[in-house]
Amino acid sequence: MSNASAATLAAEQARAPAQIKYRSQAVAKPYFMAAIGLFIGQILFGLIIGLQYVKGDFLFPAISFSTARMVHTNLLIVWLLFGFMGAGYFLIPEECERELYSPKLAIITFWVFLVAGALTIVGYLGLPYNVLAHLTGNDLLPTMGRGYLEQPLITKVGIVLVALSFLFNLSMTLLSGRKTSISIVMLLGLWGLAIFFLFSFVNPNNLVLDKYFWWWVVHLWVEGVWELIMGAMLAFVLVKVTGVDREIIEKWLYLIIAMTLITGIIGTGHHYFWIGTPAYWQVWGSIFSALEPVPFFMMTMFAFNMVKRRRREHPNQAATLWALGTGVMSFLGAGVWGFLGTLSVVNYYTHGTQLTASHGHMAFYGAYAMVVLTMISYTMPLLRGREANSPQAQNVEKLAFWVMTLSIVGITLCLTAAGATQVWLQRMSSAPLSFMETQEHIMPLYWARLVCGLGFFSGLMLYLISFFVTGKRQD
Amino acid sequence: MRTDSLPMEDIPHDRHVPGDLAMWCFILAELAVFGVFFLVYGYHRWRDPALFSHGQQQLHLLLPTLNTLLLLAGSAAIVAAVRAFALNRQRSGRRWLMSTMLAGGGFLVLKAIELGGKFAAGITLSSGDFWMFYLSLTVFHFLHVVLGMVIVAAVWWQARDGRYAGATIDGVETAAAYWHMVDLVWIVLFALIYVAR
Repeated sequence: MSNASAATLAAEQARAPAQIKYRSQAVAKPYFMAAIGLFIGQILFGLIIGLQYVKGDFLFPAISFSTARMVHTNLLIVWLLFGFMGAGYFLIPEECERELYSPKLAIITFWVFLVAGALTIVGYLGLPYNVLAHLTGNDLLPTMGRGYLEQPLITKVGIVLVALSFLFNLSMTLLSGRKTSISIVMLLGLWGLAIFFLFSFVNPNNLVLDKYFWWWVVHLWVEGVWELIMGAMLAFVLVKVTGVDREIIEKWLYLIIAMTLITGIIGTGHHYFWIGTPAYWQVWGSIFSALEPVPFFMMTMFAFNMVKRRRREHPNQAATLWALGTGVMSFLGAGVWGFLGTLSVVNYYTHGTQLTASHGHMAFYGAYAMVVLTMISYTMPLLRGREANSPQAQNVEKLAFWVMTLSIVGITLCLTAAGATQVWLQRMSSAPLSFMETQEHIMPLYWARLVCGLGFFSGLMLYLISFFVTGKRQD
Repeated sequence: MRTDSLPMEDIPHDRHVPGDLAMWCFILAELAVFGVFFLVYGYHRWRDPALFSHGQQQLHLLLPTLNTLLLLAGSAAIVAAVRAFALNRQRSGRRWLMSTMLAGGGFLVLKAIELGGKFAAGITLSSGDFWMFYLSLTVFHFLHVVLGMVIVAAVWWQARDGRYAGATIDGVETAAAYWHMVDLVWIVLFALIYVAR
């Protein structure tokens, strides 16, 4: 090596944050920053639709309810994907004990994804949906117009290309590095995520088949492969903050995955009760999905058990709190609230009511938002050159944890009460009311939900502020 | 007959769960899935006994009875394998594991013949509640026999280097525990679907 290149390397090393093990892990930082930015956007649009529930013409016609809802759910998916990608770029090099195959490719991928995502949102807000569909080639291959998969064709193709570049980068890193259970499970989950997204291009004319395959993306993501990603991320952080033997943590991870796949794959059937699919799905869907809380409960046991058996006191207490919170809230949101409507005999009454929305809110926050925030909480201080933030900053972050978590509990309880009222007045009563008459009766609960939504937003702002609190650093 | 003088050596001093604890958690979860399935079957049968009775009358007992014997033989063979490895009789242990796989293979062949006959007769998951449960439960169990055979085959393969001997036979015990679970589930399934009319 020449003197000049040695000097350059030394200078680069000096610039690299002191606490990350591999310099290329730093590419995770912009992903996490974008994730937080989009998260804020998601919540702002959540507040807009929360207000539109009670004031129907709020912002109309500039932003209609259907558009705002689409932006709310799409931003959720996109910021979680940014979080998963950031987590992958941080976790895989560390587990594989080598630099990322191509940090440059990771940065290019980041900008492509961010720009494509931003343009898509601008398209949603600036153009009528049918015009957007026409301009973006939906006539060539119709894929738009379905919940969560509203993206224009070119955005979907872009997502596939971004995913391929991301997976190529991580897989090449893994192939030439150390293979651990955590990294293999993480990559399995991420490959699964990409493969199942391909079903977003399947759009049969038959509405039953359309819905049938739509769930292959939506359900097999959140109740299948995403759980693998979540398990791997949680295991990674727990290995780091507890110092418990990797062997024990990996055994838990395998068990959780086995149960996830056993219950989650055929559990897809709980979406096939009333869409025109054969009747046996009512039995299959009920039985297998009734057991879907098991892996989430194991996740809770896993988190608490590992923290209890910890062999070190990690200075990043906030990350530990997020990890424990993920264990509890994912079980409550995905497990318990998911179970509420999963049996076909119950779902007959609860299908498509606010009970589903209550489950959706707590499950997405408890499982996926929280696990990404756990990862960010653990990695961001390292990416900024320290093992943990100052106690003052951590206190603000912990306060943000509680405000956001309690607010989501409030939102969930309001929507649960709204759903129960809806089922009673609209579907079980001897003199059932119409949909809109029922809505009038649950209006106070929508107001209460909006208040909780404002609480959530303030918690998110506190979370953002925690990144700027300096205070006295811990060694 | 003397019953008051059991030799002390036969009483286990070190009582522990044989095999890997993780496998036992997995077994419990599997039993929960089958248990819920059996309960739902029982509920539907209680609601429409005539339909279920009619379906059961069309089932022949010969093949499932032979299958029961094959699975029990497989269980006996894997117990013999555990014992052989504990006594460090490597060749004998591997031979018993192979016997378990042969019994499992026989089960799969007979079950495939039985299911093939049903499919040929035009029976599907949509041929009524009884046939839906019959096919769901037997095919789901069939897949578990396949998984059991994969686990036993993996242990048989790993046993080539003599790693299972004396007290370090966790792997064989783990496979045996899973095989017994598959066996146990079949016995309940056999009684519920084929015999109890």
